[in-house]
Amino acid sequence: MSGLFAIYRKELADHFSSYRFVILFALIAMVSFITSYMAAVSIRETLEGIAKPKFVFLLLFSTSGAVFSMVRFVTFFGPLLGLVLGFDTLNRERAHGTLSKLVSQPIYRDAVINGKFLAGVTVITVILVSVVLVISGFGLALLGVVPGIEELWRLGIYLLVSICYISFWLALAMLFSILFKSMATSALASVALWIFLSFFISLGASVVADAFAPLDTMQRIDRSMLIKNVDLKETVSLFSPMVLYSKATDTIIDPTRNTTRTRDLLLMGAAEEFSAARFKGPLSLGQSILVVYPHLLVLIAITLVCFGVSYAVFMVQEIRT
Amino acid sequence: MASQTIIETTALTKRYKQQLAVDRLSFGIEEGEIFGFLGPNGAGKTTTLLMLLGLSLPTAGRARVCGLDPIRKAKEVKQQVGYLPENVGFYADLNAIESLEFIAELNGIDRDQSREKILEVLRVVGLAEEAHRQEVGTYSRGMRQRLGIAEVLIKDPKVMFLDEPTLGLDPDGALRMIELIRSLNEDHQMTVLLSSHNLQQVQRISHRVGIMIKGQLVAEGTIDALAKKKLGIGEEQYTLEEIYMKYFREA
Repeated sequence: MSGLFAIYRKELADHFSSYRFVILFALIAMVSFITSYMAAVSIRETLEGIAKPKFVFLLLFSTSGAVFSMVRFVTFFGPLLGLVLGFDTLNRERAHGTLSKLVSQPIYRDAVINGKFLAGVTVITVILVSVVLVISGFGLALLGVVPGIEELWRLGIYLLVSICYISFWLALAMLFSILFKSMATSALASVALWIFLSFFISLGASVVADAFAPLDTMQRIDRSMLIKNVDLKETVSLFSPMVLYSKATDTIIDPTRNTTRTRDLLLMGAAEEFSAARFKGPLSLGQSILVVYPHLLVLIAITLVCFGVSYAVFMVQEIRT
Repeated sequence: MASQTIIETTALTKRYKQQLAVDRLSFGIEEGEIFGFLGPNGAGKTTTLLMLLGLSLPTAGRARVCGLDPIRKAKEVKQQVGYLPENVGFYADLNAIESLEFIAELNGIDRDQSREKILEVLRVVGLAEEAHRQEVGTYSRGMRQRLGIAEVLIKDPKVMFLDEPTLGLDPDGALRMIELIRSLNEDHQMTVLLSSHNLQQVQRISHRVGIMIKGQLVAEGTIDALAKKKLGIGEEQYTLEEIYMKYFREA
């Protein structure tokens, strides 16, 4: 274990003392704070003079500020944090000749990849927790509301899910840093896969849905075909980690959300929707987790699988100077 | 000369797809000797070193280092063996002491114990003055090679694998490096497996040599014995270069 901790400590020190970390942290912090400040001001103005409803505190994270909410910002740009931390983890050591030196020391070989991954996850955790804590401070100061226990639990779970999500991208970037000797190539491959998984899958979902369940807009839309189209689109889009994360965190952060499926809204008529809204209460934390536990399980699974593949490839790879 | 065999290979083979990098290599190195490992580029010398360290899986055959299997007991072998690769890398933003502290930590050496040891090895390799002042990124080639030796010495190894230790050094630096290796062997009874293209340096300090060509060990023995066998000369002056070129041309 001494080898693992030595590499973990060194990697952590390298990250925290690097310009890369300072730039990333400043960027994420700046956008998060501005977004949350504007959200807080907007919420305060909206709720002025009326009794504050439950779960106001969580609105800080889900309400759009200037352009997007804090949750949406992490959804789209959180992966970049993982990619930047991981794209040159192993191939930089290989290029500088330090990787052969590391593995020729009396440590278990997997201490190298485990130590580096753990250090990356720690940096991600530090950044996210810091940002959430400061935004929470904003909320306390600007909204004058203290978060309840359930809100704190929801924030905690949101943090864990976000760390897992960004760690998936970290593991992916590390895989490319093992596969490709060139840092530029591993960076390019990481970004290309991010773009594909995050944006093109959603676009492709519409194409697939329209191919298998076409909607003829010239005639009256068949309800069953519409549901089939929507179902297909949602199923295909779930192959995107971004969509998985987005659906999971939207439900965790917003207790009034009781489904992740668009079709459930389509099945309700106008009268049904109105009736449901009058009696719509927030879900308990346990119920929210029940709604999204498949998404959470898949997110955890793909992170572990991605890291597992990196681990397996690194363990059999020959390391020469 | 010590009699215990500290490194031993039996039909050690490494194949990369179509290419046979090491072909049924069988040899032994006695404890306390300096063994010069010679051969042209691509002969299989570095591949052999990697297999002896457990960093490359042999296709066939077996190896023993300090009585241990380098694949099954890789960690234990690496505790006993110090390795200086051909192009040794360093973390440019650390100074010599910080680099050695990191290596000591990887070797499980306690922080309090390592401080004294670090200062001692820096004195041995002649880097004591620069240790605090300069980052390794500013070091000359000779200083980097000496720091590489210091990193090997920090763990008190029984065996050293040195892959081209004088590569890129000026004549004075190369001579000092060779004398350092000799003194480590004589004063600390350290076994050295020295892979090098510099035949003059190898002849200067090696007890025995092995010549590898196209993955095969074509000659092994003392330089005197090889000279008698290959050149048919006895008391006359010969150079290792002449012996080596004879084997090389025949291969």
